[in-house]
Amino acid sequence: MLLIRCPYCEKDLPEVEFRHAGEAHLVRPSNITEMSDAEFEGYFFIRQNPKGIVFERWRHVHGCGRFFNAARDSVSDKFLTTYKAGEPKPVLGDRE
Amino acid sequence: MANQIALRRPVLDGLSVQRQWVSVKPAAPASRIALRAPAESLSQLSASLSLTLPSKVRASATSGTRTALCLGPDEWLIIDADGVDIAGEMAGVEAFYSAVDVSHRNVGIIVAGEGAQAAISAGCPQDLALREFPVRACCRTILGKSEIVLQRTGDQEFRVECWRSFADYVFTFLQEASRDPLI
Ligand SMILES: [Zn+2]
Repeated sequence: MLLIRCPYCEKDLPEVEFRHAGEAHLVRPSNITEMSDAEFEGYFFIRQNPKGIVFERWRHVHGCGRFFNAARDSVSDKFLTTYKAGEPKPVLGDRE
Repeated sequence: MANQIALRRPVLDGLSVQRQWVSVKPAAPASRIALRAPAESLSQLSASLSLTLPSKVRASATSGTRTALCLGPDEWLIIDADGVDIAGEMAGVEAFYSAVDVSHRNVGIIVAGEGAQAAISAGCPQDLALREFPVRACCRTILGKSEIVLQRTGDQEFRVECWRSFADYVFTFLQEASRDPLI
């Protein structure tokens, strides 16, 4: 079982307490009524899904209930870091 | 009694398990409040409750019959003796907060004895060793397939809170787990 660090509980906790909640750092456009269908599709449906480092939202649903963000390697499934919602993307630098 | 319009029937009434290493018993009926509040409101709320609300997630505080469990950065479960009007005591607080009476939504189960930790660990994935989960630690977590709120009330005693509709499952799970705890 993976352990995931919840930045609100400040603890490594079992993955079954968490739920994945999609790509992180998506910004909701302020002009949705003026957007073309293609632009809206891009915001609403199109995701990066890269192989390697991904930035994701997670929710500690069976715990403190909070959404937070995580940087994870989609090849190894390893969590590189987790951080509170609203904080900027971390610089991953020399993390393995 | 003249005004009583409905009779509350505790869901685990009469159930009790006493084994060599573990006992599993329903907790007494209780008053419960689900409290949400920002940090700025805590001092006023604490004063009205005569209990300092712990600000650290997974911490709990007890004063008399009243216990406050900090389940999230802005969320507490407050438990007191049956019939106590907890929300009424907070009524005068002008700071922003939300209090919902969940007295009858939850059911408490007391698991005690040398094998109590092992019995809960049969279905809870967290590390419940004393150094990781000391007395008064608490959290929302999982037992088997059910969500629970767990509080360590003593070295060898835990309070398990679950939603009423899960109580049969949770009690049966603990009953089975207490049969042969791996100590
Ligand atoms: Zn958490």
